[in-house]
Amino acid sequence: MRFLGFLTRRIVGIAAVMVGVSIITFAISHVIPADPVAAALGDHATDQQIAAFRAEYHLDRPLPEQYLTYVGGLVHGDLGRSIRTRRPVSDDLFDSFPATIELSLAALLVAIVVGIPAGVWSAVFRGRLPDHLVRLLSLIGGSIPVFWLGLIVIGLFYYQLGWLPGGARIDNFVAPPPTRTGLYVVDSLLAGDLEALRSSLLHLVLPALTLGYFSTAVIARMTRSSMLEVLGQDYMRTARAKGLEERLVVLRHGLRNALIPTVTILGLTFGSLLSGAVLTETIFSWPGLGRYATAAAIALDFPAVLGVTLLAAIVYPLANLVVDIAYFWLDPRTQHG
Amino acid sequence: MASTVALPVRGLRLVARAPILANPLNLVAIALIATFAACALLAPLLAPYDPLAQDLALRLKPPSPDHWLGTDSLGRDIASRILYGARISLIIGVVVVASAGVFGTIVGLVSGYAGGLVDEALMRLTEVFLAFPALILAMAIAGALGPSLTNAIIAIAAVTWAVYARLVRGQILSLRRREFVEAARAMGASRVRIVLRHLLPNTLAPLMVQASFDMGSAIIAAAGLSFIGFGAQPPTPEWGVMISEGRNYISTQPWLSLFPGLAILLAVGSFNLLGDGLRDAFDPRFSRGD
Repeated sequence: MRFLGFLTRRIVGIAAVMVGVSIITFAISHVIPADPVAAALGDHATDQQIAAFRAEYHLDRPLPEQYLTYVGGLVHGDLGRSIRTRRPVSDDLFDSFPATIELSLAALLVAIVVGIPAGVWSAVFRGRLPDHLVRLLSLIGGSIPVFWLGLIVIGLFYYQLGWLPGGARIDNFVAPPPTRTGLYVVDSLLAGDLEALRSSLLHLVLPALTLGYFSTAVIARMTRSSMLEVLGQDYMRTARAKGLEERLVVLRHGLRNALIPTVTILGLTFGSLLSGAVLTETIFSWPGLGRYATAAAIALDFPAVLGVTLLAAIVYPLANLVVDIAYFWLDPRTQHG
Repeated sequence: MASTVALPVRGLRLVARAPILANPLNLVAIALIATFAACALLAPLLAPYDPLAQDLALRLKPPSPDHWLGTDSLGRDIASRILYGARISLIIGVVVVASAGVFGTIVGLVSGYAGGLVDEALMRLTEVFLAFPALILAMAIAGALGPSLTNAIIAIAAVTWAVYARLVRGQILSLRRREFVEAARAMGASRVRIVLRHLLPNTLAPLMVQASFDMGSAIIAAAGLSFIGFGAQPPTPEWGVMISEGRNYISTQPWLSLFPGLAILLAVGSFNLLGDGLRDAFDPRFSRGD
């Protein structure tokens, strides 16, 4: 019952935040001075064309009415029609979102697989060379502009060394796998298409490493600091006194307890990956949400901008909710008391 | 040792007494930031060339004694442009942190001290701004206001203030029932005096840490917005613009993008290093260099 109450409170909270997000985004795209009509139709549109355009997008109605119309559509899953692509925004988002999810998940995987061992290594060798190395690399990871890192790795690994592809999701000469999840790696596995799997995995390497570096740094620092805290606990000394092998002490007794704070920031990390994805996708010509958002914002395509913002804004609290639920089950203390 | 810290020293005294200079890494960070600020302030004296002067005969030259960091596609001196770029980045960082910091602090103070419905309403608003992926909201704002450096700064400040509001509110909530505040109230101090004289100074240490990190974040965010066309516009010698201009030459003349990126990395890295150091110095719990 405690769990149900917790879940209900969180969902109501997310709904309230989404109402706020929709109002603010709507205000930004409708109140500030940019003129979407001029952006869409150019300077030579006739009065008739302008009037038709304004009517199509309800721009001739009072603002509150425009907002209510928009929210009415939202309730039915209708995000309006994109001015730039002339397609329903929901269709555009449906097409571009899987690419972003695939990239973000791959980056998160990099962050977990590299960040956690790096943090443990750093804590175990505290004050010595491995620790300094991990801390320096974490500082760089937290300070490096992702778009610049992307350019540099493309210059090095694609142009100079020719080891890895420098853009797009799959080679031109390889047919994308039939769409089931929209994630090329998963879809090619499901279809048993090894050629598509190889190509999509290779295309994922550089963008995932670029996008994942920042999160790797965050996770390594978090793991290091909670590992240091745990290593000083009495039960660690007891485990050693029992004659347990040092590796087991660190991994079984230390890491398991040190991981709890790291797990709680995974949701936040996933949210920040989405922002980073905007720039990473631009660099790697990755046909995801970020590239769609950039094109939409340049074209003053406000239904599309609204759609992307809403989708992005809901992913963040949802990712946190998933993590909180995981945490609720992981940590017995939250279920009692 | 923890046992010697009987009661945490707070407020201005905490800031003044914190062993900031005891950590050699902090000295490195402060030296780097001082160099960055000196480059920014003295750019006209230090820069060997006019950052906007084109010389097509000298285009795309690699680093040489005449042009330490080479020239770009219009023959402009990259070193001079980076020095002038330091000015722009420093201004971005200071303006964003100052405006977002002041606004967020006021919201946090009001929210934390007023409590009740005011607190509830302000915190819901703060949550909404925290839910936005910063770059996407900044893009929407910069796109709608029109691409320019000023609008990029407004956009970044708009997504930064909420962190300060939450930080300050949290501090106020933990402080308002403390004895020294009760004492001030009992002695008849006005609300404004309690807030300004007793509560605000005690939020200074965490604010300084946050501000240091946000200087770096603001510089990166502005460079990112400029890179995709929503911030500073060519021919402005802004670091993000410079990286974008060098993008098509990454396979043949990588120095066009390489050096401005290194400048961002150094500037942001030094603020992050200082942020870490300040946090360690203010909070004994973190004094292991975490």
